[in-house]
Amino acid sequence: MYKAKVNVTLRNSILDPKGKAAHHALQNLGLKSVKDVRIGKFIELNINAASKDEAYLLAETACAKLLANEVMEDFHITIE
Amino acid sequence: MPKKIGVIVFPGSNCDHDAYHAMKHIMNVETEFLWHKDNDLSGIDLLIIPGGFSYGDYLRSGAIARFSPIMNAVQDYVKKGYPVLGICNGFQILLEAGLLPGAMLHNEKLRFICKNVYLRVESTRSPFTGALENGQVLTIPVSHGEGNYFIDKKGVQKLEEKEQIAFRYCTEEGHITQEANINGSVSNIAGITNEQGNVLGMMPHPERAMESILGLTDGIPFFESVLHKLEIA
Repeated sequence: MYKAKVNVTLRNSILDPKGKAAHHALQNLGLKSVKDVRIGKFIELNINAASKDEAYLLAETACAKLLANEVMEDFHITIE
Repeated sequence: MPKKIGVIVFPGSNCDHDAYHAMKHIMNVETEFLWHKDNDLSGIDLLIIPGGFSYGDYLRSGAIARFSPIMNAVQDYVKKGYPVLGICNGFQILLEAGLLPGAMLHNEKLRFICKNVYLRVESTRSPFTGALENGQVLTIPVSHGEGNYFIDKKGVQKLEEKEQIAFRYCTEEGHITQEANINGSVSNIAGITNEQGNVLGMMPHPERAMESILGLTDGIPFFESVLHKLEIA
């Protein structure tokens, strides 16, 4: 059994209003050295696969078909 | 055979009854509900995907609904050239299903927006707006948190070239301004069609602007255009 950890984030070219709002709040907290905040989603998949590569391919299909919308989001997968 | 309109009901749809009421009791066309697990669209002359929060908007709005059984039938229905109108969450589902280009982001200012807005008719190429006039301004309510339409520059260009932009947010006088762009949508876009012109997605709710006792009636000329041009009524 493999565990796929998936991060889905808005493309860099797209304004992230939630990240921006969180950034403002951090500024108000006095954490002035935080220069930018981007908020995304973290998803874990437990995958029954014969190899790490197979698990990766499965996770990639899941991301491309459902978990991320590639018009506006990027995804990053790590397999454990 | 009398013409018939179908309204899809997903778990979490909440404008299905508004659409049904507007079509059946105001436009006087035979209308029926279609459960999202149905897969038969035969005899349906116009399909409406209504607003709401299908599957609680989990993951992204429309992302899960697009995998409902009925959506396979909708893909075929569109391929055969039949007309589909997606309103609000219906628009989001059509985007996720790849039946319309682009994607929907959270409103630029993050607030849920529920108010009456002005829409300018930008194209009369498709049957949905065919009996309206270019530049005509309609007052229609919006009610959404994720209505910030996004498509890349090339995409907008293509939409413009193929006259796929049906509606833009505008001022009362019909000017396209940044202030009128309520949710941050690319190029003030409020509604688009596919290239063939048989699928329209729009964020505003024309089915909520049908009766003067409730305040607005500009949904009527819109649906008159739809039904007249599609030869349904």
